[in-house]
Amino acid sequence: MEKTAQKTKFSWSKYSQLLLPLLSLSLIILFNLFRDPSFFSVAITENNAGNTVLTGNLISILNGASELAVLAMGMTLVTAACGGQDISVGALAAIAGSMFVKILRSGEITLGTIALAFVCACAIAIVFGTFNGTLVSVFKIQPMIATLVLYTCGRSIAYWLNGGATPTVESPLINAIGSFIPGIPVPTPILIVIICGIIFALIFKFTTLGLFTQTVGINQRAARLNGINTTFIKLLSFMILGVCCAVAGCIGVSRLGLINHETLLLDVEMDTILAVAIGGNALGGGKFKVSSSVLGAYTIQALTTTLYAMKVPSTDVKAYKAIVIILIVVIGSPVVKAFFSKLWAKLKAGKQTGKQVKEAA
Amino acid sequence: MKKFVALLLAALMVLTACVAMAEADVITVGIVNNPPSESGYREANVKDFEAVYTAENGYEAKTFYSLKNDEQLAAAQQFITDGVDYLLISAAETTGWDEVLTAAQEAGIGVFLFDRMIAVDESLYTAAVVSDMANQGKLATEWLKSLNLEAYNIIHIQGAMGSDAQIGRTTPLQEQVDAADNWKIVVQQTATWDEAEAKKITESVINSGEAFNIIYAENDGMAKGAVAALDEAGITHGKDGDVIVMGFDCNRWALREVLAGNWNYDGQCSPFQAQVISDMIQKVEAGEAIETKLVISEETYFEAGVITEEDIATYGLGE
Repeated sequence: MEKTAQKTKFSWSKYSQLLLPLLSLSLIILFNLFRDPSFFSVAITENNAGNTVLTGNLISILNGASELAVLAMGMTLVTAACGGQDISVGALAAIAGSMFVKILRSGEITLGTIALAFVCACAIAIVFGTFNGTLVSVFKIQPMIATLVLYTCGRSIAYWLNGGATPTVESPLINAIGSFIPGIPVPTPILIVIICGIIFALIFKFTTLGLFTQTVGINQRAARLNGINTTFIKLLSFMILGVCCAVAGCIGVSRLGLINHETLLLDVEMDTILAVAIGGNALGGGKFKVSSSVLGAYTIQALTTTLYAMKVPSTDVKAYKAIVIILIVVIGSPVVKAFFSKLWAKLKAGKQTGKQVKEAA
Repeated sequence: MKKFVALLLAALMVLTACVAMAEADVITVGIVNNPPSESGYREANVKDFEAVYTAENGYEAKTFYSLKNDEQLAAAQQFITDGVDYLLISAAETTGWDEVLTAAQEAGIGVFLFDRMIAVDESLYTAAVVSDMANQGKLATEWLKSLNLEAYNIIHIQGAMGSDAQIGRTTPLQEQVDAADNWKIVVQQTATWDEAEAKKITESVINSGEAFNIIYAENDGMAKGAVAALDEAGITHGKDGDVIVMGFDCNRWALREVLAGNWNYDGQCSPFQAQVISDMIQKVEAGEAIETKLVISEETYFEAGVITEEDIATYGLGE
């Protein structure tokens, strides 16, 4: 009996971080259900390529948030290890996307060249990620300042790689990555996010990366004294974020078969940081939960899609978004959180006694 | 007193400028533009200026590219300090330029605006060679009107709010929608020139189940994004399709879509202003007066079924 109580308590604290993004996401969902019950209806249609596919707002949200979700995974690690955020993710994704396009345009597009292009995109993203990471971990520069460099010049670098302003890559294979694989009714970007999620889960399950990252974030000195190479952990987090940027960039390019260096994943860095914040992660480093950030990413996309569905005038969209974000962040603030956890403790105490009474009976 | 000194200084500068001109016939120009990576249009625009303002043509060109108005302002100020002979500006935003242009005038620097207008008194610049964005919007709206459809249900995807191109391409359409009963805007939303965002906006309309038969996207990239959403939802588009697709800028790949009949309309936005301005500078140098302050680039449009390979070769931007 005591054991089970302990167990429930343990799992509760493990998943408590999911509460805020779940709450905000369900608020948006509830709001939409009241506004228009058919908002979440999913339909099956045949697309112009002749595939049977799923459509609907729910699919649009899951699909549209893909890049953001992948970036949020990497950003969570960087935030946890370094206690700061990388603001160059959009620029880095543009660089990786540009590399992807450059390789694809140099020859015939086959599965092999796509794989090669992706590897090259990852490689260049890791190089720049290492650059960011070195500034942060070796030179001890505040992450936001260190990544400001790439934030400023990244899109120009992306442009230099390709030259042309909006180079296009036309191929059914690219279309399959950005849209639908023939025979599979779920948009491919959603599948890519799932794969990334599984990879992250496996890494955390079979390596000590999660624990080490958290330790470095909470107390660097203690981590070092315990034999953890803090510089390496920080560097590694930036390299992983680099790979995430490459994945996001390649998805973004594949969606339309074109890259616009200036607008590919425009302003995504702010949304990514926001996703991590909505996910309830400590922005000063330490405790983190990747799945929570991913939920945060879907929350942001759900919000945008809702605003589009409500036909909010173009000039007002950002203002509305800001209002909702303020609400979410305030709900997640320590003050409000403390209030709710008190309330929760009270409720739980009530439940526990109720259970005990039941057991006794 | 202060004014007098300023006047004297200005006079002195003009004098030195004249002397400098008499001595060496190299004309220095400071070009403030948006970065070539912005769009296919800008790439062609920058290339055009690079080709005209060369040492062979007797110019020394200093360039600065930014999407941000404040950075452009600072660069223009720097060019004035450096003592360029002419300042050529394509501004990121239409406002905030009074002070810098006044400083240029006081320094005796000729100012030419290209591509985009600036909201200042016309005495502050020598001449403007611009695309008439409003005319592009008007051409597109007139073309749409000439189709004589029974109902016009439009998805209107706008560029970055407040930019000259957005205002020019929005206003004529908006006026027509306000005036005619059978014209309706199903949704009007900005995608800030972002292709992926344009796709999401179109998706949201498709998901809402509202009927629409026209996509009016304010540049090619956003039109492509909208078309991707149509394709995924199995909605036909183009010449023989259910939805009319309209874009702007005439990127080469976009014109190919028009030729293939996947899109219906692409409005031109001419990026070639360098030669016109160069001719004017030579006129000023020769002491002639410039008669027209406002030169508008002639622009046209291309529609499916009419466009030819030749048009694409002549007017297409980019690769």
